[in-house]
Amino acid sequence: MIKVVQIVAVLFALFAFSRAFLRWKDKEVSLGEFLFWSVTWIILILLSLFPEYTFLLSARIGIQRGVDIFVYGGITLLFYLVFRMYVRFEKMEQALTKVVRGLAKRK
Amino acid sequence: MVWVVIAAYNEEANIAKVVSSLLSFGYKNVIVVDDGSRDNTFKEAENSGAIVLIHSINRGQGAALQTGVEHALEQGADIIVTFDADGQHRIEDIKAVVAPIKEGSADVVFGSRFLGHSKVPLLRRLLLFGSIFVVWVFYRVRMTDAHNGFRAFSRKAAIGLNILSDRMGHASEIVDWVKKNNLRFVEVPVVVKYSHSRKGHGSYAQALKVLFDMLWRKLFQ
Repeated sequence: MIKVVQIVAVLFALFAFSRAFLRWKDKEVSLGEFLFWSVTWIILILLSLFPEYTFLLSARIGIQRGVDIFVYGGITLLFYLVFRMYVRFEKMEQALTKVVRGLAKRK
Repeated sequence: MVWVVIAAYNEEANIAKVVSSLLSFGYKNVIVVDDGSRDNTFKEAENSGAIVLIHSINRGQGAALQTGVEHALEQGADIIVTFDADGQHRIEDIKAVVAPIKEGSADVVFGSRFLGHSKVPLLRRLLLFGSIFVVWVFYRVRMTDAHNGFRAFSRKAAIGLNILSDRMGHASEIVDWVKKNNLRFVEVPVVVKYSHSRKGHGSYAQALKVLFDMLWRKLFQ
């Protein structure tokens, strides 16, 4: 029997996947990034539909409940993305300062 | 030739007085970097006789100082002094701050309020001791005052300066830079005058942000 949460998860993944696809079509993200997100969302869809398989993986790496692997994986992924965003943000700040400095000195 | 660099953000009330006293003391080369102020800092500074550079948007004190230092170097400065815009530093102290560079005994001079006779409010004292401790732990540099905007650089040293922390983290970044490049530095007593009108400097949130920036740089740069 399919539970509501599974439907929601699948719908959300489909939605997120379509966004990633559109971003890629508009050349706002690279092919690599698009593939990364495609794999992420496809895995989410598969695991939502067949949650029993999460147990195979989680048991192997020592996590008791199959669903927990989602939570751990999700948090890890979030941390990584925030880290990347921070790096990018810092770079942008420094670039912005360079531009402002250039304008200040060219008077 | 000594050049004085001042980073100013919304300092219309104080900047003219600071600039004109500098000029009257014989420091003819004063650069004010107006860091995207929303008030009349630019007009006030220019009317009182400083060279004014404008950051079209606010980039923070570290960024403004770097802009000013680069410009001073382009104008042929031999010694560069950084000075606060709010009138908390005494112009009389500049002589002592540049002396070690003139004598050739140091590349960088830090003003220290704890060597001098400043009356530092208790909370600020605690915060500053915190920063001294952190600088010691992180960079293994023992200083009596790690976050004083009153500094002097020789031309040779200033050429190598490249402040990347746009905001308040630049103070500890400079210490780190001195240490990494084996520059000769010395601390000189200066007096810092505290007035009640000082705004927003060194709040705890800011202190935390600085600490985070330092950690970040230490780990990833």
